Amino acid sequence: MAVSAAFMVAYLLRRLVALGVVLFCVVSATFFLIRLSPGGPFDAERKLPPAIEKQLLAKYKLDGSLWQQYSGYLGDLVRGDLRLSTKYRNRSVNEILAQTLPVTLALGAAAFLVATLAGVWLGTFAATHHGRLGDTGAMLAALLAISLPSFVIGPLAILIFALWLGWLPVGGWGGLSHLILPALILAAPYVATIARLMRGSMLETLNQDFVRTARAKGLRENVVLYRHALRLAILPVISYLGPLAANLLTGSIVVETIFNIPGAGGFFVNSILNRDGFLLGGVVIVYCALLVVLNLVVDLAYTVLDRRIQLDG
Amino acid sequence: MDNPAPLTPIQRLGRKPVAVVCVAILTALALTAIFAPLFFPAAYAVPSPLQYAPPSWAHPFGTDLNGRDLLLRVLMGTRVSLIVGICGAVVSLVIGTAYGLVSGYAGGRIDGSMMRLVDILYSIPRLIFILVLINAFNRSLQNFAAAHDWQTLVDYSSIVILVFSLGIIEWLTMARIVRGQVLALKSRQFVTAARALGQSHLKILLRHLLPNLLGVIIIYLTLTIPAVIIDESFLSFLGLGIQAPHASLGSLLADGAAAINPLRNLWWTIVFPSAVMALTLLALNFLGDALRDALDPRR
Repeated sequence: MAVSAAFMVAYLLRRLVALGVVLFCVVSATFFLIRLSPGGPFDAERKLPPAIEKQLLAKYKLDGSLWQQYSGYLGDLVRGDLRLSTKYRNRSVNEILAQTLPVTLALGAAAFLVATLAGVWLGTFAATHHGRLGDTGAMLAALLAISLPSFVIGPLAILIFALWLGWLPVGGWGGLSHLILPALILAAPYVATIARLMRGSMLETLNQDFVRTARAKGLRENVVLYRHALRLAILPVISYLGPLAANLLTGSIVVETIFNIPGAGGFFVNSILNRDGFLLGGVVIVYCALLVVLNLVVDLAYTVLDRRIQLDG
Repeated sequence: MDNPAPLTPIQRLGRKPVAVVCVAILTALALTAIFAPLFFPAAYAVPSPLQYAPPSWAHPFGTDLNGRDLLLRVLMGTRVSLIVGICGAVVSLVIGTAYGLVSGYAGGRIDGSMMRLVDILYSIPRLIFILVLINAFNRSLQNFAAAHDWQTLVDYSSIVILVFSLGIIEWLTMARIVRGQVLALKSRQFVTAARALGQSHLKILLRHLLPNLLGVIIIYLTLTIPAVIIDESFLSFLGLGIQAPHASLGSLLADGAAAINPLRNLWWTIVFPSAVMALTLLALNFLGDALRDALDPRR
């Protein structure tokens, strides 16, 4: 049954409204958590004369009542202005994010590709070798990868591949060689999660009639697997892509720290340590916006891939 | 369901060598972490001039940047990580179970919107929010404790905050699973009977549904503990969790990672904390998996 266009538009509108509500809640929660926590951004420095402090507060729009600050911030956000960083003086949050976010996104995208491609392949491999050595080995490897977080494997990998063997750089950012180790380590647990999902749904799919029909027609096994079975079996993986993106963004903070990658993650951590409210808020808001939009895309992709799904929500 | 004397889940678990080995490893780790530090010389815990000494008989794991014995640091860190993991998992268990019970039992629209909220929370970076939350409340708690002269709470405020905030983010899976179980259970006859007898909703939830969920809850408790330990180490690794002079496995790993440099190979600062952490997490995860199999009635 094809989904009617009008229904699709209505669904999309409803989801966009929900998206706006979620973002509004995220923005408000972030703002109040930051503003209500004790200690201002200028507390750590030597005592400022009251007149200068007043000017500073006015420059960073931290004066006025809480309500005035909140509505002012919302207004600036709507105009796309994430305001000034209180730590990195004279740099706006927009500027900092414009420099660092592409790095984080490149790392995230690489890990996303590795996680989905390798995960789907590994899960399919395990399913086709069900109960045999390949299956057991793959699932054991998956459990290992899920159990060991990046900050355990990362430093060990640097020790082995960068210091002892000297194959890859210790850290930093530049060519493709800088991307290999971080992307693999960031992706590893999610390769495993996807492989587990894929294995389960592939095992179910391979028992279905249409697969038997395809085989009976004499199609090659690879065609049966990747052209016929995969289309159905991949659906649970698709619905995991939203949480995957969230996990990768969070995980990239640690991986960027381990490998000294100049991405947004490092600025995020520093903004907490420095009580740099608007930078912190900016990163949280941009991350959440990215993820909420990505989730919408994933949901739409899901409905396109599986027409039998009823849209609701 | 009336097969002659089916094995209880505990018996089935006892027949799995993997599970037995995991329980043995975890018990040994916990006991060592609790008792072994008592037998160390007091000088091992405080800074000494012996900076970055490689492993030797006196210091089997070597020493750290401040010349403290790394074995003792790792044991103390394991203690903190285990405590945070267990307490955080219990907090998440309470929240998740309550949420799932209400959602599944209420059903209909309430259930729909409660689960929609869980979906939304799944897809936002919760750990990032928790960072903001910890930052916001740690000082408030410290000020509050200082005002009431609770010195212990001042010292351990970051750990207390960590336990609660990690519990707050790791309850989602528990809620989903409990809800699914409740949906399956609530149409069963004993629930209908209880309702016909005029028992209150609260009583049905606590007396009739909850006891039937214990098995599932225990499995997910064992699977939540490693998740919370990973989260805690994540925060501590970034310098935002456990604060010095306290240590957790995560902060020790961070120290090790910070000491990486091409000139001098300080492998022991990375290898030993990693190994203990890996051992803990693997044992917990393998145990959780074995438990899941043992309690799964289809096997």
